[in-house]
Amino acid sequence: MSSDLTDLYQHVILDHNRRPRNRGRIPTANRVAHGDNPTCGDQCSVFLRLEGDRIADISFDGSGCAISQASASLMTTQVKGKTAAEARALYDHFHDIVTTGREPEEISDVAAFAGVHAFPARIKCATLGWHAFLNALKDDPAPATTENTPD
Amino acid sequence: MNSWKNIRDDFPILNQEANGHPLVYLDNAATTQKPRAVIDALSRFYERDNANVHRGLHTLSMRATAGYEGARARVAAFVNAAAPEEIVFTRGTTESINLVAASWGGANLKPGDVILLTEMEHHSNLVPWQLVAKRTGATLRFVPVNGDEGLLDLPSLDRLLTPEVKVFAFTHVSNTLGTINPAAALCARARNAGVVTVVDAAQSIGHMPVDVRAMDCDFLAFSGHKMAGVTGIGALYGRRALLDAMPPWQGGGGMIAHVDFLESRWKPAPERFEAGTPNFGDAVALGAACDYLDGLGRAEIQRHGAALGRRAYEVLSGIPGIRLLGPRGERAALVSFSFADVHAHDVVTFADQDGIALRGGHHCNQPLMKKLGLTGTTRASFFVYNTEKEIEVLAASLRRTVKFFRG
Repeated sequence: MSSDLTDLYQHVILDHNRRPRNRGRIPTANRVAHGDNPTCGDQCSVFLRLEGDRIADISFDGSGCAISQASASLMTTQVKGKTAAEARALYDHFHDIVTTGREPEEISDVAAFAGVHAFPARIKCATLGWHAFLNALKDDPAPATTENTPD
Repeated sequence: MNSWKNIRDDFPILNQEANGHPLVYLDNAATTQKPRAVIDALSRFYERDNANVHRGLHTLSMRATAGYEGARARVAAFVNAAAPEEIVFTRGTTESINLVAASWGGANLKPGDVILLTEMEHHSNLVPWQLVAKRTGATLRFVPVNGDEGLLDLPSLDRLLTPEVKVFAFTHVSNTLGTINPAAALCARARNAGVVTVVDAAQSIGHMPVDVRAMDCDFLAFSGHKMAGVTGIGALYGRRALLDAMPPWQGGGGMIAHVDFLESRWKPAPERFEAGTPNFGDAVALGAACDYLDGLGRAEIQRHGAALGRRAYEVLSGIPGIRLLGPRGERAALVSFSFADVHAHDVVTFADQDGIALRGGHHCNQPLMKKLGLTGTTRASFFVYNTEKEIEVLAASLRRTVKFFRG
């Protein structure tokens, strides 16, 4: 097993893939958005309970590779309880990690995704759930597709 | 007769490592590698003979024209067409099918007519028909696939071939299931019902003898790059009487007999369907690919591929939790599979780290995937240079992968 590969599929990613958090549709959701990657068929729906500017509850559902499913799962745990602005800042941070491979100084589960950087073809897998989330936040009815979003 | 003994030496690209392991190239259904003979034919054409065809009176143009028309005759012989004029050069299978759908379909389909397809068609033998259906008011109908075994429900065919059916387009070999459809029998039943047949031979052309007269099809579409040729060239075989009655589908130079400001007249087939400067360089290389495959012997190629397909099915069926698609018995040179707990793209990434090139996803077969309750599969597909040893390497890699994900 190469070290690049074990970096990619760190314990955190495997764990979220095996036991996804916040999976399924929350009945109280007032925002929904769907993301898909037509190249590989990965899909991700994000259900959001927005109260004022705060993400009171969030869940996701979908199908795809371990990277996409683990990333969506971790994303829900990261943004729950945050304000929209805080959540967007978290996305910027996450995006920086997967596109540059730079691990953050503070200890954090999202650091597991730094390994994605070595596999450019998989960056879109890691960001799919986030794009669906950002669309839900914007209340954008158009599905988030990896075809018209930069990574 | 080319030699099978040192066949891997014929393909320069195979002699390399990927991620520190000897390259095991098992993505041949997507595109095959090219033998030295084809690469040399392409270089030789550009180093010696290149000029635009048909119009020039100078030496190089005459030589290039002879090369291009020679390639047409070579391809015609490769599929046993009655005449070179029955071969239209295209960019590949997709363009060939689009040509038939747009030209034949546009001229012959009307509201109430039915286009019969199968549930195992590649998007390239589905979407062009959806487009022409929308344009003409015809509707689509599908021969069902009988689940994971991947066989067409042939008893239903007589019920489906109603008088409204005008054309039956089906794949010879499924790129996802490895099913080999009985093309000659399907064409015979369609012919009895007065239905025009279109065979997608993308996955069979490089892997077995393909004889349009034995098959008795009306059209046959294929790509050069899946038969040891280069990308960007393919062909449409069309029965001459049908081609001659079809209107052009693209206009431009090369396809006209006479042009005036308001009206033009067309050349006969095949030039009628080759507007613009054709891809003669790649066509010459395609002729070389025909020579190479015939040198190996197409029946021998089929035996080799079928043996690898069967062997892969057997070996992989021992991996815990694997779901294998397609027929258990006679199958094409590919195997397609999935795991409930490991996604195809993770499988492909892991295999790549072991130097193995696989393909994961829906294989341009989304409706079939949906029917089978899958989002995608992983596919290993073989060609003349693959070995049983490589199947063992694949199986060992897959075992490590599922173990990693299951913990």
